[in-house]
Amino acid sequence: MSAARRSDASEAVRELPPVPSTSRTSFAELSVRQRMREKLKAARTKAEITLSQEDPSPQPRRLKGIRERKPGVRLDKTSDNDKFREMPEGESHLPSKVKFRDSVKKLKQKSTFQNDFPSEEEAYNFFTFNFDAVPEKMKAGARKKNGLNEEEGVEEECVETHEDEQEEDEMDDDVHLVKDDDLFIGQTDEDLLVVKPVDCENYTEQLKREKEFLFIPSMLAVPASEKMPRNMQPRYLEDEGLYTGERPVVSQSNQNILENRILRQDQGKEWFGDDGKILALPNPVKQSSTRPPIFSLEEGIAPEFETVYRKAIKMTSTNPYFVGPGDFQGLFQLDIDICGLIFTHHPCFSREHVLAAKLAQLYDQYLARRQKNLTKLLTDKLHALRSAVQYSIEGSGDGVPVAQQSIPEYKMEIRQTRRLRDAEQEKDRTLLKTIIKVWKQIKSLRDFQKFTNTPMKLYLRKEEVDQKSDEKVYEAEIQAEIKELLEECMEEYEKKMEEYKTELHHWKSWKKTQKSKKKKKKDTRVDEESADHDFGEERIKPIPPRMANSLEIEQQVREKADNCRRKPGEPILVPELTLSGSITPTEQCPRAEVLRREDVKKRSAFIKVLFNSKEVSRTVTRPISSDFRVHFGQIFNLQIINWPESLKLQIYETTGMSSTTLLAEVFLPVPETAVLTGTAALEEIEFSSDQRVMLDHEGVGSGVSFSFEADGSNKMTFMTSGKVSSSVSWAVGEKGIPLIPPVSQQNTGIPSALKNIDAIASIGTSGLTDMKKLAKWAAEAKLDPNDPNNAALMQLIMISTSGEAHVPDFFRLEQLQQEFNFVSDEEFNRSKRFRLLRLRNEEVAEFRNYKQVPLHEREISEKIFQDYEKRVQERDVIDSKNYLDAHRAVVASYLQKVRESVINRFLTAKHHFILSDLVNEEEIPGLGILGLGLFKLAEPKRPLRPRRKERKKVTAQNLSDGDIKLLVNIIRAYDIPVRKQVMSKLQQPSKSSRSFNEMFAASPSAQSPPNSPDWAFNQVLVRPFVEVSFQRTVCRTTTAEGPSPCWNEELELPFRAPNGDYSTQSLQSVKDEVFINVFDEVLHDAVEDDRERGSGIHTRIERHWLGCVKIPFTTIYFQARIDGTFKINIPPVLLGYSKEKNVGMERGYDSVRNLSEGSYITLFITIEPQLIPGESVREKFDTQEDEKLLQAAEKYEAECTSKFPSRQCLTTVIDLDGKTVFITRYIKPLNPPQELLDAVPDRSQTAAQFLYLLAGDEEEHAVLLCNYFLGMGKKAWLIIGNAIPEGPTAYVLTLEQSQYVIWNPSTGCFYGQYDTFCPLQNVYCLISCDNIWFNMQEYDSPGRIYFDISKPKHWKPFFSRSLPFPGLHSIQPEELTYEHSDKAAALELQSRIEKILKDKIMEWRPTRPTRWNRYCTSTLRNFLPLLEQNQGRDIEDDHQAELQKQLGDYRVSGFPIHMPYSEVRPLIEAVHSTGVHTIDVSNVEFALAVYIHAYPQNVLSIWIYVASLVRNR
Amino acid sequence: MAAPSVFLLAVSGEIESGEFPGFDDLYCKFSFVYGQDWVPTAGLEEGISQITSKSSVSPTTLVWNFPIDITFKSTNPFGWPQIVLSVYGPDFFGHDVVRGYGAVHVPFVPGRHKRTIAMFVPESTSRLQQLTSNFYFAFCIHNSAGAPERAPDPPVTIPPSLPVIRVRSQGFVTVCFNVMTKDLHKLGYDVGQGPGPQGLQQA
Repeated sequence: MSAARRSDASEAVRELPPVPSTSRTSFAELSVRQRMREKLKAARTKAEITLSQEDPSPQPRRLKGIRERKPGVRLDKTSDNDKFREMPEGESHLPSKVKFRDSVKKLKQKSTFQNDFPSEEEAYNFFTFNFDAVPEKMKAGARKKNGLNEEEGVEEECVETHEDEQEEDEMDDDVHLVKDDDLFIGQTDEDLLVVKPVDCENYTEQLKREKEFLFIPSMLAVPASEKMPRNMQPRYLEDEGLYTGERPVVSQSNQNILENRILRQDQGKEWFGDDGKILALPNPVKQSSTRPPIFSLEEGIAPEFETVYRKAIKMTSTNPYFVGPGDFQGLFQLDIDICGLIFTHHPCFSREHVLAAKLAQLYDQYLARRQKNLTKLLTDKLHALRSAVQYSIEGSGDGVPVAQQSIPEYKMEIRQTRRLRDAEQEKDRTLLKTIIKVWKQIKSLRDFQKFTNTPMKLYLRKEEVDQKSDEKVYEAEIQAEIKELLEECMEEYEKKMEEYKTELHHWKSWKKTQKSKKKKKKDTRVDEESADHDFGEERIKPIPPRMANSLEIEQQVREKADNCRRKPGEPILVPELTLSGSITPTEQCPRAEVLRREDVKKRSAFIKVLFNSKEVSRTVTRPISSDFRVHFGQIFNLQIINWPESLKLQIYETTGMSSTTLLAEVFLPVPETAVLTGTAALEEIEFSSDQRVMLDHEGVGSGVSFSFEADGSNKMTFMTSGKVSSSVSWAVGEKGIPLIPPVSQQNTGIPSALKNIDAIASIGTSGLTDMKKLAKWAAEAKLDPNDPNNAALMQLIMISTSGEAHVPDFFRLEQLQQEFNFVSDEEFNRSKRFRLLRLRNEEVAEFRNYKQVPLHEREISEKIFQDYEKRVQERDVIDSKNYLDAHRAVVASYLQKVRESVINRFLTAKHHFILSDLVNEEEIPGLGILGLGLFKLAEPKRPLRPRRKERKKVTAQNLSDGDIKLLVNIIRAYDIPVRKQVMSKLQQPSKSSRSFNEMFAASPSAQSPPNSPDWAFNQVLVRPFVEVSFQRTVCRTTTAEGPSPCWNEELELPFRAPNGDYSTQSLQSVKDEVFINVFDEVLHDAVEDDRERGSGIHTRIERHWLGCVKIPFTTIYFQARIDGTFKINIPPVLLGYSKEKNVGMERGYDSVRNLSEGSYITLFITIEPQLIPGESVREKFDTQEDEKLLQAAEKYEAECTSKFPSRQCLTTVIDLDGKTVFITRYIKPLNPPQELLDAVPDRSQTAAQFLYLLAGDEEEHAVLLCNYFLGMGKKAWLIIGNAIPEGPTAYVLTLEQSQYVIWNPSTGCFYGQYDTFCPLQNVYCLISCDNIWFNMQEYDSPGRIYFDISKPKHWKPFFSRSLPFPGLHSIQPEELTYEHSDKAAALELQSRIEKILKDKIMEWRPTRPTRWNRYCTSTLRNFLPLLEQNQGRDIEDDHQAELQKQLGDYRVSGFPIHMPYSEVRPLIEAVHSTGVHTIDVSNVEFALAVYIHAYPQNVLSIWIYVASLVRNR
Repeated sequence: MAAPSVFLLAVSGEIESGEFPGFDDLYCKFSFVYGQDWVPTAGLEEGISQITSKSSVSPTTLVWNFPIDITFKSTNPFGWPQIVLSVYGPDFFGHDVVRGYGAVHVPFVPGRHKRTIAMFVPESTSRLQQLTSNFYFAFCIHNSAGAPERAPDPPVTIPPSLPVIRVRSQGFVTVCFNVMTKDLHKLGYDVGQGPGPQGLQQA
């Protein structure tokens, strides 16, 4: 079956044109196919040979059967069938050997394509097939039939085996069968195998035998004579100036072996060249490929698949001298020691300094001279020479010719030496004189100016000499000199006499010729006139030399000796310069000098180190000392890669805070390689600068002429100059290896030879791009222009010097970019779609979550970008519209930027993963866990016991709208304000029968129908319900009754993330708050007429806002759930409600509640599904803290968290600049503003920053509050803990009258330690200005712990005896200055806010008119300042009465809202959440008043009074 | 007819079989992960297969033959869908433990394709861990795909670079895709033509 199908498929292919491009045959398969075909051919020929004798049988036995099975077979099939028919014939005759071999071969083939095994039948046919040695007729016949020969048939068949991939499974089965068959055949042929033991040979025997026919060439060098033809000397072409090229490196021993081997051969000498070396090509690498071209053997390959041979394109290397990574041998290091700087002149030098510098210089010179002591040396030499001359003259009698000869030489030398000595002596003496002169000048100057600037003092030490001996020596010296001079003069005289004589002789002869010429001239006067001119010059008659006068000479000598030598008997003067003098203190100096000294103090200097003209390091800036010395003492280790070309020091001077001027540049010599660190001596290198400085004080300036004389004569001009003492040396590596580049190492041995060849070494890498330098180098290095290795370089140099080639001055990084651009840049920028895609990829906030970017340009509206563009444009433009206050607008935009940068940090952090982000691996169970686990195993099984199931946490990334819900469980409330019972005194004056008082109007409640008016007195006090609003979705509970209602209801609110972006960082930045408002539901009788009372109930429901609790969404997000009792934020005045009244109804918890006032609500809030809050960004921030301190902090934190993992330990925080700061630095007593001293200061970053920003969270508030308390002299600490609803937060703890009080910094509320309703739930650590204490107690709720920090058992201190407090100074400012608030601006802001709020209320009531009651508004406005004054306490009654009096006709419901001010939006939200606007009585009127109380530093407290009025009819 | 504004990609096929030497009774979860511009219009984005056991007939392969069928609509070939597979099976204690994660792009070219995916598992971070843990690994997601309710255990997609994680290959899964596209060519995206259909026409 499968065979049939296969042949069928083969037909199909045969019909197809050979276009493998459409088939699945790949290139790999092609080659495989080829191999297989070859194997088949081989097999067939083998078969033909073995079976050539066999008689082919023409009977097609199996044809019929096959045809039956596959009737659709075509005619051409018969050729295949012919084969089949023949096979059974062959099978019986075939020797089993052949079969075996074939089967093995077949198996091999199989292994090459495992997928495409032939079917069982095919395999069978193949093996049994008689590859008959051509019954020619048959074949021909078959050809006629099919037009295809048999071979092709076989080929095709095999090829087809892999065409058919679909039949893999069947193939698999076939394979097994075939294998089995083959194996059986193999096993039956046991007679083929002969078993023999392994031959073993003795090793020595083997060696012996090997020796017979193995030749081991010697490794010894072959003498040159053997290699050369007889009587020939080796000749070295290179020496003759021919280019030979460089031989490849072959080791000498290998060469010797090769030579020895070659010489054994006949004509071995032919292998040697003229120079006696083996002939070798310079470069053994062949330039062209020797691989033969590959011709395609298969015609059937489609043209597009044909391999086209392209010669590899040689990259013309543009930069042949780039230092490859292979050349890199590690870093080399230069150590530059910059010790210091001494100014020899500086503009700030006073006159005295100038002189002192001069003196110092002279003294230095003196010292140097004295050390060398040339005079003494020369004098000694002179003496030695003289005695030598003396000796030789005396010994001349002995007739030593050599000595005789050397006398004139000696004499010459004596003269020379004497002259030198004289010069030196003179120099010494003048030096001494000038030293003394300068010193005298200094002294007089000091006397003149009456102060001393320099500590210099010159002592002249006298060395007494023996008068007589001194005189004797002096005289002897003079005499000797006179004698010598006389001798000299005599010699001179003789010499001159000689000269004179010859000259005289010449002159005489000339005279004669002259005379004869004159005679001639007379004959040829005209002709010779010009020539005559030449001779015309008069020759002076030589003058006979004068004899030297001995007296004259003596006088000369004595004069000279007087001048340059110490007089006999005069004491030797030895100057000594000391710095022991005292400088006049600044106070005693004149003003100009004081100014100068101050100027010097302001100046400082630093030195930049430039390596190859690049700045590599610089010294610290050090002030110039009063003696104009600057000490740096810094050693710079330069790790270098480039060959050092230049080392330069730049000396900079800075004056004051501002200007930095380059004084001078000093080039340092690149050290010799022998100069290593440790051995290098400091060298002083002089520099000077041409800067011109004029100063207006005692300083003399630079480049400005000045004079020491009073009359201004003898002007001098000095330039700023000085000396840098430094040393440069090569560093020594760890193992004592000098870190010197190898080139330089070779350099020392073979000077510049190697350096010349290595271009990089000689001109540096940077020189390679500079063509001129390269050309210069090439010229200098005398490159062999004939050397093909240099061809490219020579060409390059030729081109570059002729200026034809254009060398681009840029470097392209992605030179292929152009080809990959699918669209041009302009189009890319123009296209809206690409822009959208790009912005999304950049994760721009607006587009980060944009789904389904439209495919066509036209489908993208311009509007998409409008918001974004607007935002980008307005980033820097401050929009004061929303903020009403320029300062706050600036702050808001600043905060916006901070937020953006934080979000960007998050985004980058998001792309960094650590293992725990990706793999959840179980912790290695500790012993405890294992033990627990074992214990659990032993536990009895309790299948019915309910267990809390952990909720699944969901990462926030793959969520969409509607997936997240906020669940709010309202449980109960305590102490809700109740309606006022009776307002009798108000009731009477009211005109209307129904006062505003709600109990009259109160309508039936569910329990008791309001049949009698008396009932009213028994009516419930309040009917509260809770409304939760979040993202403008509102949900409410049912109405409960009484001041302590219990609802126990679950409300579900959907959550929508901004921009549909549910990523962690976006959720973190959600600013929405959950408002939980408590309302009182008031039913009013709406019946106009009492008569209708019987027939129907008409009531109007009014809701009165009682208070609210605000919880930011982010808090819920971070906390995962919020569970607790919260204080309801109730306005100080609630018209018509009171709190005290219901205190009577105790229910037992009052005793606990003693300290607290106000109403409370118990809530449980969570998010469904639970979201995994984002992790903090793993980033290390830079810091200015000491490393040790930080380590200690880390250790401390780790210790703490290991004991109490749930307690947060805070030691360092991050400041606004993103730097880590130790927390105690924030705590410091600060002066509170005077206005706040009496009030509760409820407004902290550093306090200064906070006050500037007017925005901060609890931590900042807490820090400021704590600082204020400290400033007021109280004991205060910062509590780091956990509170509801803030979560991890900071509170303030104070100690007042041995009682601890906890302060909520953001509201200003305070709680006793044992207050039940204290929002602070856990206390983790306490922080003061000098320590941190971590809570080590078992419990952490404030009521259950001791706050006594002195006990280390309870509180673990950070700084203790082992780590004392290092005295960290605070980063808070010394004192806060409070800017007084701008009252006018506050007033303006007040009216603006009022207007905005009024507009908003009207906006919220789109269907009804909103009327404003001006009278009421003004009344309310009057109340508000009063409220601020009293902090909203104890005025309720008066207030109420007042209001009633004035607005008797109205039923007023309203309340003041008190808020701190930062933005307008929260104000609007607050007003909206009270729902005042929702009242829909037709004749309702509104009143709204705003009051702003400005505290210093622009802290604003805002009161908003909203009320609705309904006129009583 | 107006020019189309989206193109469609229909993928059917099956998760054929897996080879996990040494493991038995495995099941396979699959899900598709795709870019922001892609929306599935029909079919199942993710699914979980039956548990398959080795048989004496094929002692090396675990055959699931679990069908997949999904159609996507998209405006942008960027974010071309990938199928993400994770294979689980019981360990010594009977806990379900991951036996391999793997992902492959849905082929671009219309036609029938077979893909063999090498499946990896993360390595334990230390020897000790290797000994103690029962190899519970779960991966966090990096591409946004699939709603969490439907994928109780998040699938794997391979983030662009993961230098922090070490994995080991533990087996192979063969997946067969039948891919059809609509309007892809009209919108200017030329993915070439599969050999499949042409070959069929000729026969």
